[in-house]
Amino acid sequence: MITDLLSSTVLIGILASGIRLATPYLYAAIGETFGQKSGVLNLGVEGQMLLGSFAAFYVTFRTGNLWLGLLAAILVGALMGLAMAFVTVNLHAKQGISGIGFYLFGLGMSDLLFQKLMGTVETVRGFPRVSIPVVSGIPGIGDIFFNQNILVYGAYVLVPVAWFVLNKTTLGLKIRAVGENPDAADSLGVSVVRIRYFTIILGGMLSGIAGASLSIALLNVFQQNMTSGLGFIAVALVYFGGWRPFGVLVGALLFSFVNSLQLWIQVLGLPIPSDIAVMMPYVLTILVLVATASKIRSPSALTKPFEREG
Amino acid sequence: MKKIFQSEWMSRSVDALLPVFATLAALLVGAIMLLFLKVNPIEAYAALWDGAFGSSNAVAETLVKATPLLLVALGICISFRGNVINIGGEGQMVVGALLATWVGLTFLDAPGWLIIVLALFSGFLGGALWGGIPGVLKAYFNVNEILSTVMMNAIAIQLMNFLLRGPMIDPSQELLASKIPQTARLLDIFQLPRLAPTRLHLGALIAVVLAALVYILLWRTTLGYRIRAVGQNPNASHYAGINVPRHMVMALLLSGAFAGLAGAVQVYGVNYRMITDGSASGFTGSAGFNGIVAALFGQLHPLWSIPASILFGALLVGANKMQRMVQVPSALVIALNGLVVIFVISSEIWRRNRQKRRLVAVREGESPPQQDQLEVQKEEARQ
Repeated sequence: MITDLLSSTVLIGILASGIRLATPYLYAAIGETFGQKSGVLNLGVEGQMLLGSFAAFYVTFRTGNLWLGLLAAILVGALMGLAMAFVTVNLHAKQGISGIGFYLFGLGMSDLLFQKLMGTVETVRGFPRVSIPVVSGIPGIGDIFFNQNILVYGAYVLVPVAWFVLNKTTLGLKIRAVGENPDAADSLGVSVVRIRYFTIILGGMLSGIAGASLSIALLNVFQQNMTSGLGFIAVALVYFGGWRPFGVLVGALLFSFVNSLQLWIQVLGLPIPSDIAVMMPYVLTILVLVATASKIRSPSALTKPFEREG
Repeated sequence: MKKIFQSEWMSRSVDALLPVFATLAALLVGAIMLLFLKVNPIEAYAALWDGAFGSSNAVAETLVKATPLLLVALGICISFRGNVINIGGEGQMVVGALLATWVGLTFLDAPGWLIIVLALFSGFLGGALWGGIPGVLKAYFNVNEILSTVMMNAIAIQLMNFLLRGPMIDPSQELLASKIPQTARLLDIFQLPRLAPTRLHLGALIAVVLAALVYILLWRTTLGYRIRAVGQNPNASHYAGINVPRHMVMALLLSGAFAGLAGAVQVYGVNYRMITDGSASGFTGSAGFNGIVAALFGQLHPLWSIPASILFGALLVGANKMQRMVQVPSALVIALNGLVVIFVISSEIWRRNRQKRRLVAVREGESPPQQDQLEVQKEEARQ
């Protein structure tokens, strides 16, 4: 039985779906990385994803245009981000708790809209697979990496872009400064408020895309609470990755490979109870958090509202 | 002088009423959403009120719903006062309920009262275990408790699904083809007694008594004082000789214990068995999250959490009626709860600004009344 798991078709299947499953985590966690780098913990990612997911699905379902759907998700995510920014930056609300508020709002609102506007579970034709010429023909590798849909590719392009922006640009320097020492950044003329608005809204947009990647690219349906904790895991991945985009990538891949392994264990009917198998990624995440937490320092101003003295 | 006193009194009452304003604002936003959905908001809210308080039965249902909310909220009061954010109420409820159910299904010959006591205690214990693990991870391994409690929720759900589909499944379901994932029903003598000819049960009373005990714990015992001290200033507490990690663990452990008790009470007072639809909210009704809302609404005060829990219990019960009468999905109430949290937590800036204004006034020697100066010092210390 265990040898079934090691046959090349199954192995390719596990790896390919692992690459695919990492997509929503990547968008959401990279977005969250920007927010946390600037000192804002957004726990409402799950709510933003749910609303983004619904917006993308509904618009696609009505118009038949996937890009309009994606745009709707980005807009909804940006709006949620804007609200979050106002509450945390201007009103100095406690970030962890207001995030829970945004989560509950998104959870209830997406369900409400789904029941009122759709009522039944429908499907759409999601983003099609795009084979990258030449490389997609490589046996094994091609199926794993180069036969995915556009949102999957986008997620992997996002990682180096985020790394570049955070570490090699002035904007990135400002973001990091605001997250480490807002008072110093402020005295040097960096607008803490503007930077934080930017990162939180960007995070919201990326969470919206993460939600859209579920409803119009990977699963192609919308259901109540379809993210089921995915947004919270994305937040965990940011810690896991030590606030570095490539660290987040490693975490997302590890998590989704274990997840995909677990799915295949069920498909192949191996003698491990499915509930226990589903548990594995979560246990693993806790273990890795334990292993990495003491080594990596979080941004100094994380969760601390900024207020000018005087 | 008199004027200062008056405005002082005014702003204090506004302080106390902030959550009420926040709720009204949330209901207002909800009304606008209803208008967009082409539903008359007055009709919808009337149905909600009627569902929650329209008859003695409705009131009883509201209190039944409020009971787990209050128990979870009590735990949240402890952990949030200790500056530990416990998002794991759902999982803690589930594990507490599993342990309590196991007790009731295992010792069938024991007297009823003994099993009830044991079951509630094991619920407390199960929740304490599920809260204590993230507590230890936070205090000694520097793992963010928000994340670990969320993970522990996911693990608890799978644990429940596994146990109810396998080892703990109702033996009669095992024989049927349907194999509904549920345990056997508790014996009648093991069930929490009813308080009236409704579904209202002893658990509600227990929760109210515990609210008083948690108040005493937090403000009249050394343990409570230390938990609050660690929550306000861990560094100062450390230099004052308080074992900071230990009290962080205690805050999360106690918080989990109350959620676990909520799970046990839910089984022994309402459902009389455990059944799963695959999600945590199928069993908890999201009380693990809504309890946080209630506690925040009650300004993290155990006694104020009582009316707060009743309010949110009412919203949840009323939402069902609203769904039946005017076809507004009860999910609206979840969204409104979210808005209440956002508004309550945002409105705190008002209180902070007022305190700051008063501090400035004191420093500039605008001679506020003596009494007031003391108050200001007290509030400064509280910050």
